[in-house]
Amino acid sequence: MTDTIVAVLVEHRNHEIAQPTFEALTLARSIGRPVAVWMGQEPPADAVAALGEFGAQEVRVLAIGERARHPKTASAALAAAAGDAALVLVVSTFLTKEIATHLAIATDAGVVVDAAGADMVDGRVEVRQTVFGATWNVRTRINADRAIVAVLPNTTKATPADTAAVAEVVDVVAALPDVRESIDAVVPVAREEGVPLSEAAVVVAGGRGTNGDYTLVRELADVLSGAVGASRDATDEGWISHEHMVGQTGVTVTPALYVACGISGAVHHRGGMQASGTIVAVNIDPDAPIFEIADFGVVGDLNDVLPQAIDALRAHRQG
Amino acid sequence: MRIVVTVKFVPDLQSQRSFTDGTVTRTADDGTMNELDENAVEAALQLKESLPEGEAEVYAITVGGPDAVAAVRKALQLGVDHAVHVCDEAIAGSDVFGTARVLAAAVRQIEKDGPVGLVITGMAALDGLTSMLPTALAAQLDIAQLTLASTLAVADGVATIERHLPDAHETVTAKLPALVSVTDEANKPRYPNFKLIMAARSKPVTTLSLADIGVDRAQVGAMASRTTVIEASPQPPRENRLKVTDTGDGGTHLAQFLIERGLA
Ligand SMILES: Cc1cc2nc3c(=O)[nH]c(=O)nc-3n(C[C@H](O)[C@H](O)[C@H](O)COP(=O)(O)OP(=O)(O)OC[C@H]3O[C@@H](n4cnc5c(N)ncnc54)[C@H](O)[C@@H]3O)c2cc1C
Ligand SMILES: Nc1ncnc2c1ncn2[C@@H]1O[C@H](COP(=O)(O)O)[C@@H](O)[C@H]1O
Repeated sequence: MTDTIVAVLVEHRNHEIAQPTFEALTLARSIGRPVAVWMGQEPPADAVAALGEFGAQEVRVLAIGERARHPKTASAALAAAAGDAALVLVVSTFLTKEIATHLAIATDAGVVVDAAGADMVDGRVEVRQTVFGATWNVRTRINADRAIVAVLPNTTKATPADTAAVAEVVDVVAALPDVRESIDAVVPVAREEGVPLSEAAVVVAGGRGTNGDYTLVRELADVLSGAVGASRDATDEGWISHEHMVGQTGVTVTPALYVACGISGAVHHRGGMQASGTIVAVNIDPDAPIFEIADFGVVGDLNDVLPQAIDALRAHRQG
Repeated sequence: MRIVVTVKFVPDLQSQRSFTDGTVTRTADDGTMNELDENAVEAALQLKESLPEGEAEVYAITVGGPDAVAAVRKALQLGVDHAVHVCDEAIAGSDVFGTARVLAAAVRQIEKDGPVGLVITGMAALDGLTSMLPTALAAQLDIAQLTLASTLAVADGVATIERHLPDAHETVTAKLPALVSVTDEANKPRYPNFKLIMAARSKPVTTLSLADIGVDRAQVGAMASRTTVIEASPQPPRENRLKVTDTGDGGTHLAQFLIERGLA
């Protein structure tokens, strides 16, 4: 273990910490000394305790409220809190990629986003990624003295530190820049019960083949304790809300299990799920491209296959 | 008002994409304009068409090797007025910050003809999917950034977008000049028609070198890049794949598979 300080930007919503933050802290511990950076309202005590359990020795707090929604502002705040960090880890989202970009410009850091892992080799951060819809593995070295890495959820297994730290809360005051954009309206997206799609260990997704009825897809997701995903055609049809869309322009998911029901497996869709651990597909068309990447495929009507699978899995659970 | 659209030359999504010497392989044969930049071009054209005739002009810019000209040619076929290709050996291997520096200098070059009100980009290039360039370019140009727009409206010198983030839908406004990145929800890109394809043939493409736009060679290219790909290997295909045809017990097989793998 080195003395390298690794700052981890905490993802939280309504004061609840998102699971990938603990994954990032676990990764940070393998590289150096983790400190957590918390932006928004003050963190509750149980959140501070949880960050300590995963090895954060400090929680540096920027009480900047809603201004954290502006990437440039958030970047200035993060710069103030992580000035001593050789590596800043964020959870890869559209917003954090923008924060990372501003931070890199302000600090001359090198950035890699959508990373699957990182380590320190000869004093330089090296990052693993899968690209081109998970058909290539790439290793990238960050040449700059400061590195920023945006990690995808589910790529490191979150484990508590052997010796939990009692995280010290440190208030950080940052000079915030003027912004040119004004956020005039924020309509929160109601959060569904259960794990968010991007963080779920199991995703059951339905496409055009569901014909708009998600009952079976939801039931299967339920019995597997997974989240529900969808293809673009399904969200375009309005069968399910946009937040469920998996793919290159939707959410990128890397669960241990991905079940595609009535999804053809277009390259845009595959780009967002192909790095999943095990892929299962149910499709009536034996030539559907999804079968090219499915570890287990059932050629059949999902209206026949899913009810039977759900019953068998329920029986297994109870048995 | 001048509207600049950035278009990137990328390997076709449907082709076998690969790496050569640490950079994405790009050849004229299977290269094309980044699909999401079609949405950017469409947004620019719709905006122009909503204004009185002659009030707006649309420029497409690409930064890339000789083959990248195909990206701006495609934009011409879709109906943009002017095409700019920044091409210089020294650009090869640039990271997002180098590319943003070059694009910003090219936008400033266009500004010599008259003010640029909007720069419109795609939300991401489907080759690297970094989604970082729009932010980097806005920062370089020191203008407002309105990213991930699923709608765009411009009135009285103010641009308004809606964006759908996973946790919230936002409405964001900024005074022009501004950079807007658009998602594939923003519009339905048009197809080039025969007339436009013919007209595009006679439209010139302005080719600019780094010297033409006043960018120092040392600030771009592989040497200035803050990241280097040191290893790239194709992912081995998934092994031992199973496919069964449902003859009445497909669901049971599926459940068994999950149970055996410890996934249920
Ligand atoms: C720029 C761009 C970005 C895009 N981004 C995304 C993205 O991020 N995510 C995404 O998903 N798409 C994206 N798309 C769209 C993508 O190209 C496909 O059109 C889409 O994924 C297809 O959705 P689908 O598989 O549900 O529908 P289809 O392709 O119509 O497939 C439906 C499948 O269901 C099967 N089926 C029908 N009935 C049954 C039944 N009863 N039982 C079992 N199977 C059945 C059929 O055999 C078929 O294979 C994008 C497109 C573009 C141009
Ligand atoms: N070399 C380039 N030339 C022109 N536009 C680019 C280039 N690279 C990126 N862009 C633009 O930036 C957007 C986002 O790209 P990226 O950040 O690479 O995912 C693309 O949709 C393009 O509009």
